[in-house]
Amino acid sequence: MKLTTINFIGNRNIALIFSSILSVASLVSLGVNGLQMGIDFTGGTLIEVGYQQPADITVLRSTLDGAGFADATVQNFGTAKDVLIRLKLQEGVSSVDLSSKVLEAINKTTAEPASLRRVEFVGPQIGDDLAQDGFLALLYSTIGILIYVAWRFEWKFSLGAVIATFHDVIVTLGVFSLLGMEFDLTVLAAVLALIGYSLNDTIVVYDRIRESFLTMRNKSTEEMMNISVNVTLSRTIMTSLTVILVLASLFFLGGEVIHGFAVVLLFGVFFGTYSSIFIASPVALMFGVCPADLVPVVKEGEHFDNLP
Amino acid sequence: MQNHFPLWKNSLVLITFLISLIYALPNLYGEDPSVQISSTTPERISQQKASEIESAITALGVSTKQFEYKDGRVLARLSSTDDQLKIADGLRDQLGNAFTVALNLAPNTPSWLQAIGAQAMYLGLDLRGGVHFLLEVDMDAAVKQAEERYIDDVRLALRREKIRYLSVAKDNGFIKVKLKVAEELPSFISILNKEFRGLDITESKQANDELWLKISERDQKDIKKFAVAQNMTTLRNRVNELGVAEPVIQQQGDNRIVVQLPGVQDTTRAKEILGTTATLEYRLVDVEHDVQKALEGHPPIGSRLYYDKNAQPLLLNRQIIVTGDQIVDADSGMDQDGRAAVFITLNGVGATKMGKFTQQNVGKPMAVVFIEYKVDTRIVNGEKVRHKEKVEKVISVATIQGVFSKRFQTTGLDSPQEARNLSLLLRAGALAAPVDIVEERTVGPSLGQDNIDKGFLSFIVGFILVVLFMAVYYRLFGMIANFALAFNVVIVVAILSMLQATLTLPGIAGIILTVGMSVDANVLIFERIKEEIREGNTPQTSIFIGYEKAFATILDSHVTNLVVAIVLFAFGTGSVKGFAVTLIIGILSSMFTAITGTRMVINWIYGDRRVEKLSI
Repeated sequence: MKLTTINFIGNRNIALIFSSILSVASLVSLGVNGLQMGIDFTGGTLIEVGYQQPADITVLRSTLDGAGFADATVQNFGTAKDVLIRLKLQEGVSSVDLSSKVLEAINKTTAEPASLRRVEFVGPQIGDDLAQDGFLALLYSTIGILIYVAWRFEWKFSLGAVIATFHDVIVTLGVFSLLGMEFDLTVLAAVLALIGYSLNDTIVVYDRIRESFLTMRNKSTEEMMNISVNVTLSRTIMTSLTVILVLASLFFLGGEVIHGFAVVLLFGVFFGTYSSIFIASPVALMFGVCPADLVPVVKEGEHFDNLP
Repeated sequence: MQNHFPLWKNSLVLITFLISLIYALPNLYGEDPSVQISSTTPERISQQKASEIESAITALGVSTKQFEYKDGRVLARLSSTDDQLKIADGLRDQLGNAFTVALNLAPNTPSWLQAIGAQAMYLGLDLRGGVHFLLEVDMDAAVKQAEERYIDDVRLALRREKIRYLSVAKDNGFIKVKLKVAEELPSFISILNKEFRGLDITESKQANDELWLKISERDQKDIKKFAVAQNMTTLRNRVNELGVAEPVIQQQGDNRIVVQLPGVQDTTRAKEILGTTATLEYRLVDVEHDVQKALEGHPPIGSRLYYDKNAQPLLLNRQIIVTGDQIVDADSGMDQDGRAAVFITLNGVGATKMGKFTQQNVGKPMAVVFIEYKVDTRIVNGEKVRHKEKVEKVISVATIQGVFSKRFQTTGLDSPQEARNLSLLLRAGALAAPVDIVEERTVGPSLGQDNIDKGFLSFIVGFILVVLFMAVYYRLFGMIANFALAFNVVIVVAILSMLQATLTLPGIAGIILTVGMSVDANVLIFERIKEEIREGNTPQTSIFIGYEKAFATILDSHVTNLVVAIVLFAFGTGSVKGFAVTLIIGILSSMFTAITGTRMVINWIYGDRRVEKLSI
């Protein structure tokens, strides 16, 4: 890749406006569509059964309806032979033997007995705990990052990094809510991994800006930033590509269980790459970052010591 | 410019590589489905019994891959899971309660690797199949039970000290004691201070002959701690009785217990066995008072109304002869008339009590009460409500024919299955407090294998794609980075194997993600080297400066990544934790392989000589 001289910083308003629109749209989508919370967070029962032949969903649905599981949702999972049954926490019914009752009910009508592949039951108190833990994880990782970046760089960079990262998370979740995919624990883990990744990308650019601040002279802050983004551009893109390669492999071959995980990270890496090029540095600039913030203060007297 | 590693650095990399390779090796050998038979008594399985078992397996029409007898245990390796189930069921019927028959996956690791402690990675339940339960211990019930005990003890103490009282009763979390004479209050207080340190004393404001007692915070804490510890022991006993290889029973938080049963498919029975708090009580039947009167709401003092299996009411003495705690052994079987029976053995205290009691009461009817606590969470009007139920039923009433003490039998159970479950529960001990299953995750064996296959395939494909990409783009340097990448995967697998950390499907995803991300360090270095070359530096200098300058960046970017991974580890549960673990190991080891590992090879190739051009 040739060294580029694209004026990223000069045209920062285009990117900032675009990202603002994107973020607002994502928030709207999150507000309107919401996230399809999985049973990890809502509590409930999930049963996956497998058949040798493609299963007739309509028959299963009416069977369950007749057996008193009116609120059961039945759908194919990955292939036509796999069926996923979801049940909410039942009023007045003990959830503990629900799965065996459901299996009993569907096996009465189908010619071929279903083979049980997976049962997940999450009680209401656990759902709340998992949601709370998830929220705390997001909070603590954000705080951890703020502190680390503020310590290694400076608070303006720290804010820039966090804003860029939040942008990635919001936009990715926005896309996720548009797709209507289920948000479970694995997806939450992907969101956190995305935070780590997006940050990693941003830090590399910041690192270079710091270096430019310390070594370059006679250049404006804007110019120095622009050069830094440009010289790290090929690295930013290369790394994103390798990660996208493995994620694509995971998406296409990893199976249905890991789909949400792969989707979040695929979009996340895409937006993370975008934001570390277009958003992170302009935001730090907006907060008024300048070389003086990073150049170590020269102590009095030191100057004389270095004289020949 | 010296691009040269000292001997110790070369050795460090090579030795790390070698050790990782050895400890990652067991993962290549795979596992055999097998059946493990061990004795439930302290006595070990004899050589003779082992050969009997071997012929029993042959008689079932299944050929074993290998039959091992070691340390008083028998392990039969089989070629399929179908054979495994067939043999386990067959042997369970034949061997009875004295032996545990457990399904297991026996690793094929060669003995020289086992000798140095090398093991394959520990697969999580989502990969090997099995059940995961999260049980919540009902702490309120534990405290309530303690309260009951205190009431009995306080009454006893009052009687012993001849302090007359009007009532000792529970009220709103307090034990309210009303004495007959207010003057005796000080001596009562001194008894309390001496013998009941766990109780906080409040003097009643309304009456000067009344004391309000409450279990102190500290004592409550101890009671709760004890309840969880006791429950873990009981659960462990029960799981052992179930016959599960490598079960995991761990405390989580203050009041939750994780139970993982690899390979178990029959979740209904597992749930029955784990969750029930069934026990027995022996009481004398009250034949002196009228049942009808009790039904009308006037039970005689000293007796309580019970119902038998046919919902017929009967009166039993309040005083218990023997409780489930005093049962040391229980076995199920048939009595002379072919009815399902449980054969009970009591401990010394229980035996003495039973002996004394039966001696004095020959000819009178005695009842066996079956007690079971059922707890679950239900939703009522959108609110989550803990539903608790104490089921007590009289399972048999029999006339005491003669004196007995230590050993006797109890009949009146519905089926041999019920007798078997009850004897198992009595043997394993009672739960100190009821438990509630708040989370269940069951993965069938076919899905587990599917997950492994899919995870492995996507890993291989992802790995090859990255390798090709790097080789095409960075040529020789790319190949060196690929070597480091492979090295990194070996280290991650080796460390996971050594730590015996649980590998889950998200864990595999973590390894795959690591493959994509760990080349990042090399990309950073190589881009920097290219930059230095563009600036007009010599190849040797470019390599040197490239590595040096990239190092700070790599450190910063990896640490932030690490912070997030550690937070994920701290807050994640189950499979998510597995993801965090692989991510953390991957991040750390990739820094070593991508920086030091590649540098070593590059130094070998380009170091200490004149270089015109780099293949980068």
